[in-house]
Amino acid sequence: MAERATATGMPLIVLEGVTKSYPLGSSRLRVLDDVSLSVNRGEFVAIMGASGSGKSTLMNVLGCLDRPTSGRYLLDGRDVSQLTRAELAGVRNELVGFVFQSFNLLARTSALENVELPLVYAGVARNERLRRARSALERVGLGDRLEHHPSQLSGGQQQRVAIARALVNQPRFLLADEPTGNLDSRTSASIMALFQELHGDGLTIVYVTHEPDVARYASRVITLRDGRIVQDVLQTPLAVGERSELTRVA
Amino acid sequence: MEIGQTVLLALRALRRNTVRSLLTTLGVVIGVASVISMVAVGEGARARVSGIFSSMGTNMLVVLSGSTSSGGVMGGFGSLPTLTWDDLRAIESEAPAVRWAAPALVTRSSLLSDESNWTTSVIGTTPEYFSIRAWRNARGAAFGPDDLDVASKVIVLGQTVSDRLFGPGVDAVGKTVRLRSMPFQVVGVLQRKGQSPVGSDYDDVALVPVTTFQSKIQGGLQKYIAGAILVSATSADDTARAQREIIAILRERHHVMVEDEDDFSVRNLAEMASAQQQGTRVLTSLLAAIAVVSLLVGGIGIMNIMLVSVTERTREIGLRMAVGARPGHVLSQFLVEAICLAMAGGVIGIVLGSVVARVVASRFELPFAPSTSMGLLAFGFSLAVGVAFGLYPARKAARLDPIEALRYE
Repeated sequence: MAERATATGMPLIVLEGVTKSYPLGSSRLRVLDDVSLSVNRGEFVAIMGASGSGKSTLMNVLGCLDRPTSGRYLLDGRDVSQLTRAELAGVRNELVGFVFQSFNLLARTSALENVELPLVYAGVARNERLRRARSALERVGLGDRLEHHPSQLSGGQQQRVAIARALVNQPRFLLADEPTGNLDSRTSASIMALFQELHGDGLTIVYVTHEPDVARYASRVITLRDGRIVQDVLQTPLAVGERSELTRVA
Repeated sequence: MEIGQTVLLALRALRRNTVRSLLTTLGVVIGVASVISMVAVGEGARARVSGIFSSMGTNMLVVLSGSTSSGGVMGGFGSLPTLTWDDLRAIESEAPAVRWAAPALVTRSSLLSDESNWTTSVIGTTPEYFSIRAWRNARGAAFGPDDLDVASKVIVLGQTVSDRLFGPGVDAVGKTVRLRSMPFQVVGVLQRKGQSPVGSDYDDVALVPVTTFQSKIQGGLQKYIAGAILVSATSADDTARAQREIIAILRERHHVMVEDEDDFSVRNLAEMASAQQQGTRVLTSLLAAIAVVSLLVGGIGIMNIMLVSVTERTREIGLRMAVGARPGHVLSQFLVEAICLAMAGGVIGIVLGSVVARVVASRFELPFAPSTSMGLLAFGFSLAVGVAFGLYPARKAARLDPIEALRYE
């Protein structure tokens, strides 16, 4: 896992005129339309948009799950726009940490074994895997739940396991798709607090949401509409605990 | 990902649904069990045939008076004798593929000893008989050419006759038996041969020089051999050739016309033994058919279940890909699962097949001959089935698009 030589200040993520389109009849449907953006190390970005705005597609491109139809994507200085499937899998393994809305943990498998999964595909030896997985789980506050199966964990705990899994291979950034979508408001707040904590330690975090309230925890909000960026603003992030929309009942 | 890790992962995945996994292996189990039984039965039949050979004497032919259609076992009672002593000499000297030839004249007679008596078959023959039948002495010796010349009253006993007349374990050599009121001296006792394939006792026999037989027992020297001629070919491969040569010689000597039947018959014991094998051959073919069909069905069953498994675990596959599983990782994961299924079936099938083979062997009175090559064969089959039928589902899994897979409900 060679450290990519990037000078301080060079953005971690650069999208240049990225378009994603699909054939529709005789023409093409543009889900992402000429999107350009850059994200520096250490940023805490929320990507907002209504359903159909292209935010999911943008997230897939950022996470190297999908290739753009045209344009360039430079991740940590490396052009990943036209890699093969296997190469993309390698990039995902090394550079990206995924967090999903529905957690996507392996059932009937312990938390420890869930978290070590990326290390298995990175070819790390067993003892080292377990050590790093344990430390990741401790980082998210689940050091006493190592052997629990997902069915024995609450929603919030499951998402923490997923976050630990995303962190275990020390990725360049965390990419979260509606991380609080399946959680109640209290648990959502605690997860966002964890994100802020991780961000405080220097981790770059990009997350996608359709809820304006959740977007307020970030320090930068990019808004998408019809496949284009319509707004890209910095903001003062909402600290967890502050009175916010989320704590209002009904 | 190391292979050990992959296998453990595969076994864990299969254990999640133990009953389903076991049922899936059923086809392979039956297929492998059939293969094992088939090979064991085949080996047993082969062992039995060679057992027949070794007990009867290898490369043996029997020449009888009368054509094949008139039938008759050794001795040809009732059929007109057509074989002459000159025929015997001709066969001995003029057929290159013939090693030994001996006459066999048979009668049933009672033998008396001091303590006991016993009725048995008495055969008049020459010393070559013992070589043809590959029958050695346990005690004493066989009679020799000198005994033939003077028609001495010497007798060689089979083990059963010796036991009956003198008691088991007693050395009968030197003792006297009375045959047709004449004293015969026992010069040898033969090694035990046991039961014949048709159930008669090889050892219930006594042998005297043929000249003695003719002069003292059957009465008068005749031109014809009132019995059979036993022939031994120079080797097992030459048996057919010897058969042809004997037929040619005798047809010429007996002036048999080209269009006429032989007035004799030459029985190739190898053919007779292989006729016996027909029964086991049918069984073997049946088992082979079952084996092929079962392995095919078993393989399809494995493929089917693996396809279901891939569909069930679509999201899991998507997740694995998202965190870095290459297509190769996914393929090997599912392929190894299929192989584990197949090989588990193989192991169970080997155990089951060995049990069945043992049962069949005792039922048909065949020797049971398990071998490691059988086990290896079975392993090979199950491995091949696992790979062949596991490849398609594994490739399907590896070709999934991670985004689609993650969205799958």
